[in-house]
Amino acid sequence: MCLGVPAKVMERSGDAAVVELGGVRREISLMLLDDVSVGEWVIVHAGFAIERLSEGAALQTLELFREIADAPDVH
Amino acid sequence: MRLTYIDDFRDPATAKALVARIREDAGDRPVRIMEVCGTHTVAIARCGIRPLLSGAVTMVSGPGCPVCVTPDGYIDAAIALGKERGALLASFGDMLRVPGTSSSLEREKGEGLDVRVVYSPLDAVALAAGSPDREVVFLGVGFETTAPAIAGAIRTAAQRGVANFSVLSSVRTIPEAMGILAADPDIRIQGFLCPAHVSAIIGADAYRAVASERRIPCVVAGFEPLDILLGISMLVRQIREGAARVENEYTRVATGAGNRKAQELVAEVFTPCDTGWRGIGVIPGSGLRIADRYDAYDAERKFGVPVLFSSEKTACRCGDVLKGKIVPPECPLFGKACVPEEPYGPCMVSSEGTCAAYYKYGAS
Repeated sequence: MCLGVPAKVMERSGDAAVVELGGVRREISLMLLDDVSVGEWVIVHAGFAIERLSEGAALQTLELFREIADAPDVH
Repeated sequence: MRLTYIDDFRDPATAKALVARIREDAGDRPVRIMEVCGTHTVAIARCGIRPLLSGAVTMVSGPGCPVCVTPDGYIDAAIALGKERGALLASFGDMLRVPGTSSSLEREKGEGLDVRVVYSPLDAVALAAGSPDREVVFLGVGFETTAPAIAGAIRTAAQRGVANFSVLSSVRTIPEAMGILAADPDIRIQGFLCPAHVSAIIGADAYRAVASERRIPCVVAGFEPLDILLGISMLVRQIREGAARVENEYTRVATGAGNRKAQELVAEVFTPCDTGWRGIGVIPGSGLRIADRYDAYDAERKFGVPVLFSSEKTACRCGDVLKGKIVPPECPLFGKACVPEEPYGPCMVSSEGTCAAYYKYGAS
């Protein structure tokens, strides 16, 4: 029930925004976040963007995964 | 950002490396880790993580499915609001089959009760605005992830003067429940895998009290398979070091402080209260009731229909499942008198219930 879906902000007007979720567009509320720009990624839950998705942090985690996968002592 | 990044968090080769790392760190003494959140429970079952770690890590499922811990008295109150007060009920879909004392919303809907499934609490406000001659009651069930959305709907209704909208609140907070579970000697949790989106709202720092007071490491992890495996790996390393820190694997969404704006909205609309959890009992300070300044939007007070909590004993062992004391197959009803098509207990109703996940994906 706490599932949140990553979505890209396509349009915004005040606290209302249109996001794209896997090819589907829907209106959500940006009431819970300040200064979201078109093109940013957010996590959507129950019709609200609950937090931003940080690309920089995502890439850092992926880099950590690569290091673990490449670690020589793992067999 | 590429949308395909989701695939990167599901890479099988990295999963294999993480499993090897967890097994190496765990050694031959299995550790007991509780995944608190129902969304984690489903992901763990669907990806087959439990058998992959068998002998190294015992994953115990926690109480983190809001549908499962909503007491039957709440369903009774919702049905009473519809039948006796003529309210139109708006609900998230997974509440409909939850058994009350003697009926469910689904059964009542089949007999004519007006129950509408909505995606967002704001849809319920729109429903009320579009039906001014009806009272619309939103069944506000959820944890901290959903609390801001419910609060946002109440504030929106107040701002727009939608006076025929109200909420039957059943909002619960996770750290208080973790504190109770951590203190229970029968459960013996060595580490908490903390919820992804609850933590996006409250922040990873919210688990500091549990980690320091109970000496149990806490790691916030995302819901993708590699997130979960890395979170477990971080916990196993802490357990082997004898550490009890709060760590965050899900840095791409959750921060230490959480979403302050959402927290402020929740603090404006709700007030902490003691509340009953189905199968667990009353946990002090673990509920959110609607604050006095918004009492016109509180269905319990508006209609004088209280949510009663009783801890009646039945053969159903959902309570022990929710506390991680037993696994679902140890319940005498599991797979026999209690199946997803005809659930007896709430853990079998919700798709995120531990029993439903075990039934669907297998117990091993």
